Amino acid sequence: MGNKRGLKKKTGAYYLVNAVLTAVLFTVFFLLISGRTLNNYWSGIVVLVCINVILAVSLNLVTGILGQLVLGHAGFMLVGAYAAANFTRAFVTNGSMSLYAALPVAMLIGGLVAAVFGVVIGIPALRLKGDYLAIITLGFGEIIRVMANAEFLQPITNGAMGLSVKIFSSRTDPGAMFVFAFVVMVLVIFISYTFGRSRHGRSVISIREDEIAAEAMGVNTTYYKLFAFVLAAFIAGVAGALYAHHIGMIDPAKFDFNRSVEILIMVVLGGMGSISGSVISATVLTLLPELLRGFSDYRMLLYSVILICVMLFRPSGLLGRYEISLPKLADRLLHRKGKVEKAEKAEKTGEA
Amino acid sequence: MDFFTQLLNGLGLGSIYALIALGYSMVYGIVQLINFAHGDIIMVGGYAIYVALSMAGMPLWLAVLVPIVVCALAGVLIERLAYQRLLTHNAERISLLITALGVSIFLQNLFMLVFGSEAKTVPPMFGSNSVELGGLSVASSTLINIVVSVVMMVILQLLVNRTKIGKAMQATSEDAGAAKLMGINTKNIIMLTFAVGSILAAVGAVLYCNTYPQIRPTMGNLLGLKAFVAAVLGGIGSIPGAMLGGYLLGVLEQLTKAYITTEVTDAVVFAILIVVLLVRPAGLMGRNRKEKV
Amino acid sequence: MALLETKDLGIVFGGLKALDDVYLKVDEREIIGLIGPNGAGKTTVFNLLTGVYAPTKGAIRFCGKSIIGKKPYQINRLGIARTFQNIRLFKHLSVLDNIKVAMNQHMKYTVAEAVFRLPRYWKEEARVTEKARELLRIFNMEDTADQMAANLPYGQQRKLEILRALASHPRLLLLDEPAAGMNPTETRELMETIRQIREMFGVAILLIEHDMSLVMGVCERIYVLDYGTLIADGTPEEIRTNDKVIKAYLGG
Repeated sequence: MGNKRGLKKKTGAYYLVNAVLTAVLFTVFFLLISGRTLNNYWSGIVVLVCINVILAVSLNLVTGILGQLVLGHAGFMLVGAYAAANFTRAFVTNGSMSLYAALPVAMLIGGLVAAVFGVVIGIPALRLKGDYLAIITLGFGEIIRVMANAEFLQPITNGAMGLSVKIFSSRTDPGAMFVFAFVVMVLVIFISYTFGRSRHGRSVISIREDEIAAEAMGVNTTYYKLFAFVLAAFIAGVAGALYAHHIGMIDPAKFDFNRSVEILIMVVLGGMGSISGSVISATVLTLLPELLRGFSDYRMLLYSVILICVMLFRPSGLLGRYEISLPKLADRLLHRKGKVEKAEKAEKTGEA
Repeated sequence: MDFFTQLLNGLGLGSIYALIALGYSMVYGIVQLINFAHGDIIMVGGYAIYVALSMAGMPLWLAVLVPIVVCALAGVLIERLAYQRLLTHNAERISLLITALGVSIFLQNLFMLVFGSEAKTVPPMFGSNSVELGGLSVASSTLINIVVSVVMMVILQLLVNRTKIGKAMQATSEDAGAAKLMGINTKNIIMLTFAVGSILAAVGAVLYCNTYPQIRPTMGNLLGLKAFVAAVLGGIGSIPGAMLGGYLLGVLEQLTKAYITTEVTDAVVFAILIVVLLVRPAGLMGRNRKEKV
Repeated sequence: MALLETKDLGIVFGGLKALDDVYLKVDEREIIGLIGPNGAGKTTVFNLLTGVYAPTKGAIRFCGKSIIGKKPYQINRLGIARTFQNIRLFKHLSVLDNIKVAMNQHMKYTVAEAVFRLPRYWKEEARVTEKARELLRIFNMEDTADQMAANLPYGQQRKLEILRALASHPRLLLLDEPAAGMNPTETRELMETIRQIREMFGVAILLIEHDMSLVMGVCERIYVLDYGTLIADGTPEEIRTNDKVIKAYLGG
């Protein structure tokens, strides 16, 4: 594929196909939800899938692309959730804003507050690597959760009693939450994909591959580590905001160590560094406990057994570092063998 | 004098952390795995003693052996079934970590299924009277904890430094590849390390149940996390470090509770962890390893 | 003014003097060798020059300015690039991307432009990709551009490391045992390439090497290290006949 213009044209075509597919997916689910073909319970699950995909893709930025183990992602979610919830509680309750207008602002606030926490935590924590980074982020995550229970923060958090959050009425507008969650999800996937394939993303990946070599090649490793970490924290904060306005009642226990683990499992199971892997595994792992509801008592047992088995027999996750691309798959089916396959192979090696 | 009572109470609590921390530390030293399932081994031990005492009605001397056997078996079984394949295939360490988390979820849900999620009360074991000690009134359980943990530590030190098996453990932890070449069966040594760690956790579980007679399937979570913090504090991979970390953490936690705050004690615990990691990442007694360029 | 100059350079590791009193001078477009028995401290010199370690004493001046205390990435941007003894490629990136990482500092588009794929992203990426391919042509490696670096044969991995270093536009190139693991034919080719690189890029080259045929064949001056101190420096001819050097190598 020597021809640059050809490459760009092809990428353009891929964008188009992806855009169409995304629109179709959106329309189908929107109609199913707003037309009440899916009941409240399952609509809720669909929104939850979107939120978990956002979380997994954001953690993948740090764990997959930067290659650093983080065990406190739920802490950022918590911060974003409470910041956003307090905003809508203040402005929607007094009638100065509708929830439709307030939620985007609340998400932005949630993301920004989480990003500030990301900077404050990231600067000291990112001096460590590997297991030590995992432990220190775990520590920060737990501190955030414990503090959210503290007496002096009760006015903001209402402690373990839980804070009630404004939600869209499922009676008058069942599709609203889905629209927000889906749009954010698509945006996050897109951004994380394009980021990974830019000079900035390459710098971040080079740190994962070999930090010493990266620094010797002029990559400001401290900056890029912090950047990826804070970007992930921002997105987790946005996801927290969505989550709060989805379930309508938040308490610190919902953002504990186990939640962080849950997100990490999604990333690792999908294949670290693979965005499509994160998307698929977040979807499957959110649906799995629901699908196993028939075995209600045994479902978490089964969940853990499946998890262990995948790790034992496919330790690099379902997709490894590869990306699944629907347009490329279609392309391959149409052209069969030859040129396309070769080009695709080339693309894959460049992917992280 | 209140301060000294608190100090002793802290040491009593720290003894339990220390025993559990040893398991984290030894396993990490030998396979570089944060064994997140280790906390749940304590829970297994707690239920084992509960079953032995209240359901099977065993005499106390026999009942305390039950968790030791059960935990050792559980530890070995987990290593064989869940970790060994990954260890022999040299899988990425994060896969191992996720597997450990998977085992943890499995154990908690298994016990929830069998015993229910509500707390169970373990019958009193070694008496709960207070002892007068140089003008201080101390709970007998506190003294038992301290004495037992010290004894276990001495036994462990003897095992590691004076026996052939112990030397093989050290060699494997230093350089598994070289140890293998020197004719050490590293597979068995790894298994043995898990067994020893689990036995220590079982002893910790008995002491815990004697001190705080409430057990539930999720009890291993916070207990395990804190013991792990203790292991990191002391320097992960170091046996005396784990003990020191355990005692220190117990004392700091107790003093924080007594004099500063009860509601955010755990935040203080983790804040200490963070400070130690930043100032001395290898812990108080650990060695710093630098990457060669 | 010398391009690179060190004075009285020394570093202590845990009470042990790993390097002591090292004086080096490299002028523009020179090819200099740094040799010595195993453990003499050659790579440590590179690590000091590139900011991986901070020296315990002494001075390092590059283009007349001290670079002590600067971080490795800053030193690279000032114009010193290196390769590693134990090849450190970005294994799971393509050959092309390996080179493009080093070009990051010479690309101009913001995160926002990257994320939303604005025109400058496309322009810069196309420009740099073309440059990276040009570099690959030096070693006849254009057709490996899209392969994963880890899948390259050993010799090409060494070459890629040199290209990656060149991609950051250095004025001084540090090569750590570039001929390690190469057969005599490849070594001869490498010698030619090293000269060629100097001509094409106008860089000075400081290289560590055990292969004496390469060192004697390509270097204009040679420094000899033994037990962390300089025992000789001079032209290949002078070094060949230096008693101290012969002693150090034969372990007298």
